[in-house]
Amino acid sequence: MSQSNRIAGGQIDRSRTFRFTFDGTAYTGHPGDTLASALLSNGVRLMGRSFKYHRPRGPLSAGSEEPNALVQLRSGARQEPNTRATVAELFDGLTATSQNAWPSLRFDAMAINDRLNTFFTAGFYYKTFMWPASFWEKVYEPIIRRAAGLGALTREEDPDEYDKGFLHCDLLVIGAGPAGLSAALTAGRAGARVILADEDFRMGGRLNAETHEVGGMAGADWAAASVAELATMPNVRLMARTTIVGAFDHGIYGAVERVSDHLAVPEKGKPRQTLWRIYSRRAILAGGATERPIAFENNDRPGIMLAGALRAYANRWGVAVGDRVAIFTNNDDGLRSATDLRAKGVDVVAVIDARADGPLLPGIRHVKGGEVVDAQGRLGLTSITVRDASGRTDNLRVTALGVSGGWNPNVNISSHHRSRPVWDEGIRSFIPGADVPAGQSAAGAAAGVLSTHGALATGQAQAIAALEGLGITAKAGSLPEAEDAPVSITPKWYVSGGKGRAWIDPQNDVTVKDVKLAHQENFTSVEHLKRYTTLGMATDQGKTGNVLGLAVMAGLTGRTIPETGTTIYRPPYTPVAMGTLAGRSRGKEFKPFRLTPSHKWAEEQGAVFVEVGMWLRAQWLPKPGESHWRESVDREVLAARKSVGICDVTTLGKIDIQGTDAGAFLDRVYCNTFSTLAVGKCRYGLMLREDGMVFDDGTTARMGEHEYVMTTTIANAVTVFRHLEYCRQVLWPDMDVQLISTTEAWAQFSVAGPNARKLLEKIVDQDISDAAFSYMGAGEITVGGLRARLFRISFSGELAYEIAVPTRYGDAMIRALVAAGQEFDAVVYGTEALGVMRVEKGHVAGNELNGQSSALNMGLGKMVSKKKDSIGMVLSQREGMNDPDGYRIVGVKPVDPAGKLTAGSHFLEIGAAAEIANDGGWLTSKVYSPHLGCDIALGYLKGGDQKIGKRMRAVNLLVKPATETEVEIVSPHFFDPEGERLRG
Amino acid sequence: MADMLRPLTALGGHAPAELAVGLLIVTERFDVALASVAARRGRMADLARAVVKTGLPLPEAGRHAAGTPYSAFWVAPEMWFVEAPFATHEGIAGMLKGALGDAASVTEQTDAWVALDLAAPDLAPILERLSNVDLRAAPDGFATRTVIEHLGCYLIRHGAGNVRLYGPRSSAKSLIHAIEGAATATF
Repeated sequence: MSQSNRIAGGQIDRSRTFRFTFDGTAYTGHPGDTLASALLSNGVRLMGRSFKYHRPRGPLSAGSEEPNALVQLRSGARQEPNTRATVAELFDGLTATSQNAWPSLRFDAMAINDRLNTFFTAGFYYKTFMWPASFWEKVYEPIIRRAAGLGALTREEDPDEYDKGFLHCDLLVIGAGPAGLSAALTAGRAGARVILADEDFRMGGRLNAETHEVGGMAGADWAAASVAELATMPNVRLMARTTIVGAFDHGIYGAVERVSDHLAVPEKGKPRQTLWRIYSRRAILAGGATERPIAFENNDRPGIMLAGALRAYANRWGVAVGDRVAIFTNNDDGLRSATDLRAKGVDVVAVIDARADGPLLPGIRHVKGGEVVDAQGRLGLTSITVRDASGRTDNLRVTALGVSGGWNPNVNISSHHRSRPVWDEGIRSFIPGADVPAGQSAAGAAAGVLSTHGALATGQAQAIAALEGLGITAKAGSLPEAEDAPVSITPKWYVSGGKGRAWIDPQNDVTVKDVKLAHQENFTSVEHLKRYTTLGMATDQGKTGNVLGLAVMAGLTGRTIPETGTTIYRPPYTPVAMGTLAGRSRGKEFKPFRLTPSHKWAEEQGAVFVEVGMWLRAQWLPKPGESHWRESVDREVLAARKSVGICDVTTLGKIDIQGTDAGAFLDRVYCNTFSTLAVGKCRYGLMLREDGMVFDDGTTARMGEHEYVMTTTIANAVTVFRHLEYCRQVLWPDMDVQLISTTEAWAQFSVAGPNARKLLEKIVDQDISDAAFSYMGAGEITVGGLRARLFRISFSGELAYEIAVPTRYGDAMIRALVAAGQEFDAVVYGTEALGVMRVEKGHVAGNELNGQSSALNMGLGKMVSKKKDSIGMVLSQREGMNDPDGYRIVGVKPVDPAGKLTAGSHFLEIGAAAEIANDGGWLTSKVYSPHLGCDIALGYLKGGDQKIGKRMRAVNLLVKPATETEVEIVSPHFFDPEGERLRG
Repeated sequence: MADMLRPLTALGGHAPAELAVGLLIVTERFDVALASVAARRGRMADLARAVVKTGLPLPEAGRHAAGTPYSAFWVAPEMWFVEAPFATHEGIAGMLKGALGDAASVTEQTDAWVALDLAAPDLAPILERLSNVDLRAAPDGFATRTVIEHLGCYLIRHGAGNVRLYGPRSSAKSLIHAIEGAATATF
């Protein structure tokens, strides 16, 4: 077959030929074709199988409303299911396959469903898969999914890039048909910043599909000339291949630009699609209208399509869908298809006009007051059965039938903020209602104005009105001459009396019978109708079927359509790929990384890194010969405790707090007191939430009379800063306090161990003896003349300091510390060793700061000062939080040193059954202590402070069968409980 | 000791990085000292008097003002970031504290940020993929806080083809990667 159905004309480039395949068969087409138009030009009408009954289907439309012609485009990792052939732009080498059919599109074994259709009516799932409940997930759902799926994913990683971006305009024009072009020209000429977006690759909307003249030239030529004029305006941005998918708050619209979908492979570095966030001051919805079918028996045969689509294929793409064509219409617009097709030399066999008084086209047989009652041809239309006004039936041999039940304005985007469309009796459809998104108006067919002149006029008028609201004066130019035919339509929703099924929503296989059944079972509200029958769901969101479905329901209930109402729409207008929503946030680039000042040095050492929030921290630094992480960690811990260890602690949050009220401010945000802290000293602080639970902890140093530096946990650095800003700006705006984060400004290293001072004395310029720089001291120092800060604080329980230099010197500092530490066998340790040492010392960290624990739970109850008010102080005194038998932090050791502990295990009394009533608490953090030679853990145990020395069981219920270890409850301070080392 | 403390730039080199993607040139600035200046509560008038002597501009909201040696941009009510040449003002915080006394709280910010100068004939097509700032409508001297690929940044427009970004220093490599990606998609 070689484009046997191609006829003259159209906006395709016949000088170039594209080769493509569908289900393995090779075809040709031209630039400007869609996959659907190219297949139709090759005489291929059968393009898919339906969702439920696996009925053979061809395209119903020529646009994004397409319910039937869904294909898998491309292959391998780029395979994309559910692509509408009617909008897939043809490119050379395109491959497409049909979906939802096995073994082949022409013979689909699952079509047995069609024979069993009496079982698969509306509510089928709800009625059938009720029992047993456990079967739903394991048996029923997998079967249904296999049988009723649409396309398939290859599960290969998408090789393409997707981008995001932000655009701004005075006026966003949605749709570049006659109304949109008129609006854009008016606004563009007035100097306003305009974005004109259209989902099609060729702007012009219906002008490209019609034979109307505009301004004395072909409509498509006028559209092209208008686009050319707009392209010269620097204030206008033309965005073809761009679908406005949603209206969001404050004039923001989402837009998906298909940057590279028309190419086999995107250009290197170029995104396949871009998700734009458009900030508009005003928007005009000029999205046109979608034709709706009339339901009759077997109206889903391939070759039966919307009348407007039939002539679009002929006029725009030079394709005659069939050689013998009939038109079934209830309105004048349907007649245009007959006129246009005949002008193209197609044999128009008959016009079946549901109206008794419709106009007659000379030379064409008219069946006035007639109906199409059935259609034949399983894999492609061969004939239709027509009944005239007198009830006489006739069989007409045709290969294509165009059906027009009228046009539905594309109101979707007007109702994204829950505005309900209103019924317009003139066009027998819904138009945008009140309370549309702020700043939005509608023009042209989207507003229910269906003539070309009306589109041009309302586009211009709405642009002028929108800009007037912005203080921009736009002039009303003279409108080009265009057709202005009134709408003449007599309602005709479906053909009654047949025994077979008449399709309303072909994508979901919803028929007139299904709506009747829903009515019979009292699902008469439009919202119930939708859920019960699935009308309007899936990829097309009922663009062709919705109004028809509720009109049928209205007829059954004896209500008018406005009384019946309509469901409304939500974004996206057309399907959006997950990859587009993800943009560049995928894989390793899901979020940015934060690198520590010693990262480069640590990389050189072969450090193993761990993600701590966005930070990459050295987890441990293996030495040659170490094959297991525990070897490295044990070595690091032992060396630090024996001599000295160095660790990059830049990641802790640092907040500079200044102002004459800084001390008083800290007294309020911390539960303990800071205003009395001496200058040059630091103190451990505990921060509570309003409900009395612990929020965060860290040390805060007083660097000057009115200047403090707070450290926070890594995890809460941002949260604490935000909390402090809230306190400063909202709770106590009268306080003189200024805040700024300095986390990244300083590279900070912990130097811990008996030889910590000796090491630092080699590089610090000042005297840091115990007398000169005592425990919890803090101050400005210099390192080789460079400004630096020193804090004598310890997380490890050792004699320890934290030394900070401006971040640019952090790399040099780690190297200087390592060099100075050589004579002491200094070690650089990672987060694992840090964790071991803090558990050995009984310090709480993230696992204990779980948001459900109070200071008392952590053994820090005495820190909550009652001499002053602070956030959380009052509520921490609640009775329930002071239960003597409540959770207390304890240390845990296995009775048998070889016993293994698992974090998350629960405490149970010896002999108690593992049930919730006997639960004593849980192990929060577990490490292996090389000093004690066994696993140790911290945990929250009910009445734990009274149970020191007691034996219990630590039961891990997360594995089957549960494992358990007999443990001894001990003080959480495993190591140097008196703190003699850190004061050394 | 001082020579042992050899600095690294935010992008990890001993010298500032420069890279070109298409028509975009990104230059890492390692020669800018930065400090925050926030008026103490009720002391704005004192601060305004003090800056006159210092030659420190305090531009209005959303603006950058250039000066010698100090330039500044607004970051929050009664709060600014002050730029100065690093070579002469490495101790910028101390210098400003000395000049402004107790009328303001001053905090060193030099190494909290990576400073990147972006240059291209027109930066808007690149930056519209990175930030929601309307660069085309913004005047020269416009300064704002914005988010680029999850990173809180400051953006200063010195011209249609001349923008400075301050991004969080620890994420400098992620930020430059995002800029490269946007430039590749543009050109």
